[in-house]
Amino acid sequence: MTEHETDYEVVIGMETHIELDTASKMFCACSAQCFGAEPNTHVCPVCLGMPGALPVINRRAVEYAMMVGLALNCQIARFTFWERKSYWYPDLPKGYQISQYQYPLCYDGWIDVDVRDVASGTWQEHAERRRIRIRRAHLEEDTGKLTHIGNFSYVDYNRSGVPLLEIVTEPDLRSANEAYAYLSALQQIVRYLGVGTADMEKGAMRCEPNMSLRPKGSHELGVKVEIKNLNSLRAVRDAIAYEIERQTRILRSGGSIQQVTLGWDEARGVTYIQREKESAHDYRYFPEPDLPPLQVDEAWLAEVRARVPELALARQDRYRRDFGLSAYDAVVLTADRAVADWFEAVVAALPNGPGRAKAAANWVQSELFRVMKSRGIPNSAVHTLPVKPAQLAELIMMVERGVINHHTAKHVFEAMCDSGADPQCIVEERGLAQVSDAAALRDVVEAVVAAHPQQVQQVLAGQEKVFGFLVGQAMKATRGKGNAQMIHALLREAIERQRA
Amino acid sequence: MLSSEEVERIAYLARLSLSEAEKVRYAQQLSAILDYAAQLSRVEVGDDVPPTSSVLSVHSVMRLEDTILPGLTREAALRNAPLADESYFVVQAALGDDD
Repeated sequence: MTEHETDYEVVIGMETHIELDTASKMFCACSAQCFGAEPNTHVCPVCLGMPGALPVINRRAVEYAMMVGLALNCQIARFTFWERKSYWYPDLPKGYQISQYQYPLCYDGWIDVDVRDVASGTWQEHAERRRIRIRRAHLEEDTGKLTHIGNFSYVDYNRSGVPLLEIVTEPDLRSANEAYAYLSALQQIVRYLGVGTADMEKGAMRCEPNMSLRPKGSHELGVKVEIKNLNSLRAVRDAIAYEIERQTRILRSGGSIQQVTLGWDEARGVTYIQREKESAHDYRYFPEPDLPPLQVDEAWLAEVRARVPELALARQDRYRRDFGLSAYDAVVLTADRAVADWFEAVVAALPNGPGRAKAAANWVQSELFRVMKSRGIPNSAVHTLPVKPAQLAELIMMVERGVINHHTAKHVFEAMCDSGADPQCIVEERGLAQVSDAAALRDVVEAVVAAHPQQVQQVLAGQEKVFGFLVGQAMKATRGKGNAQMIHALLREAIERQRA
Repeated sequence: MLSSEEVERIAYLARLSLSEAEKVRYAQQLSAILDYAAQLSRVEVGDDVPPTSSVLSVHSVMRLEDTILPGLTREAALRNAPLADESYFVVQAALGDDD
């Protein structure tokens, strides 16, 4: 960049649609679990928009939306109603979508996100915390799905009427990485709350960033473009990064940006202009006469609020503060709520848990994750393992008390994962208790020294690596059960005695 | 009186195509309807009366249980469609966002 070139800043707002994971649809009792189902098998007169069919609100969908709103620090409307958003498209059988316009269920919120430069090698440790304001989150119904073939479109209304939450931020995002961090945080919240899969590949979470560039320091907004059909978090980040670069180049060369809707070509890594409609939208919102208004009283709100668990970011801060864990450990342990809950149950079962949390964290991240990976169990299903958190706590204490050594403990843990048996039982049954009998260990060590005169001389000559080999031989002779510290000390003594 | 352009716009939003004679007739009829409804705006209600969003006396009517009930069979759902194959409703290609 030369000194004449202006620096530009990007301003990004995000519109995200999230399907809520209810059993039935937003306004009818058809199954909302329709991903992969045979087309048009989850339909009824209501979600097909047949004349005379009347919608009824799904209470659980409202509660799920409120939970997301509360997690996003939103105000919850005490009074709201539905409105008809009219537009003409075959994915919408009624000719309108039931949505919320004047009074969104949730509004005026914010979310803190830790922005990490994932390209850097130490990204877990370095984060900049940013607060992103949430303008609104309103409840509506999803549309059907179209497949275009030749001159025809094939319509599947299974998805029509699935509860959908639209979350709109203020234009507070300032980089592709921030957009990525915001969406990851949102996805994680939805999953922590258990109100949706937020699976972008399956369309359960859909993001439409709008962005504009302006000279740094300027307070006016530039020309806005919208990017659509982004079906992964990475695609969102890449598309925004691409657009920043493209628009900067145009602006620097004196050109101007067109206000358009862009698509993202994943394979080529470029944006392209989507066909633009000639007429501006005219949604003609008006109150839905088929649905009475909705009131949220304090008792209901309190009941819903009680179902919002402590979220990942708050847990990360707590783990670092109370448990002395690194940012890396905290991020990894809180990635899935199931794992975080499991880990915390281990800590709770340990005497002076916070003081031993690091040991618990190590066990979870190394042995527990290894076992789950080798058995193809996703982290979110950790509770399906036979082993329970209190049993791992017991195992950790057995190592600490010297009942078994760490090496043996790994095998015991594996056995616990198979049978769910208590670690004491496994140790007793298999005779795995650590050998700390000095006389027995001395015999073992003497035998090793006698069998390896050459290696003993090498150690005496200063080759410390060989000492490790001899420790290994002694450990092997105890079938891995020897007290490592004692073996070290005894072996050292025995070797010293060989010094001529 | 609504202009011919306004009538055309309204017809377009409803995907109706009107003859010139119809545009003239509907301009008069639609204007009469709007004038009739406009009487309401002459009533003094003060500033603290919010616009009515519903004339029903009930509120917060919901399905309390999130349970699934059988809907229509696919055959029944597709039976009255102007165009369908054995699985899908079929329409003239709709590629744009709006039309």
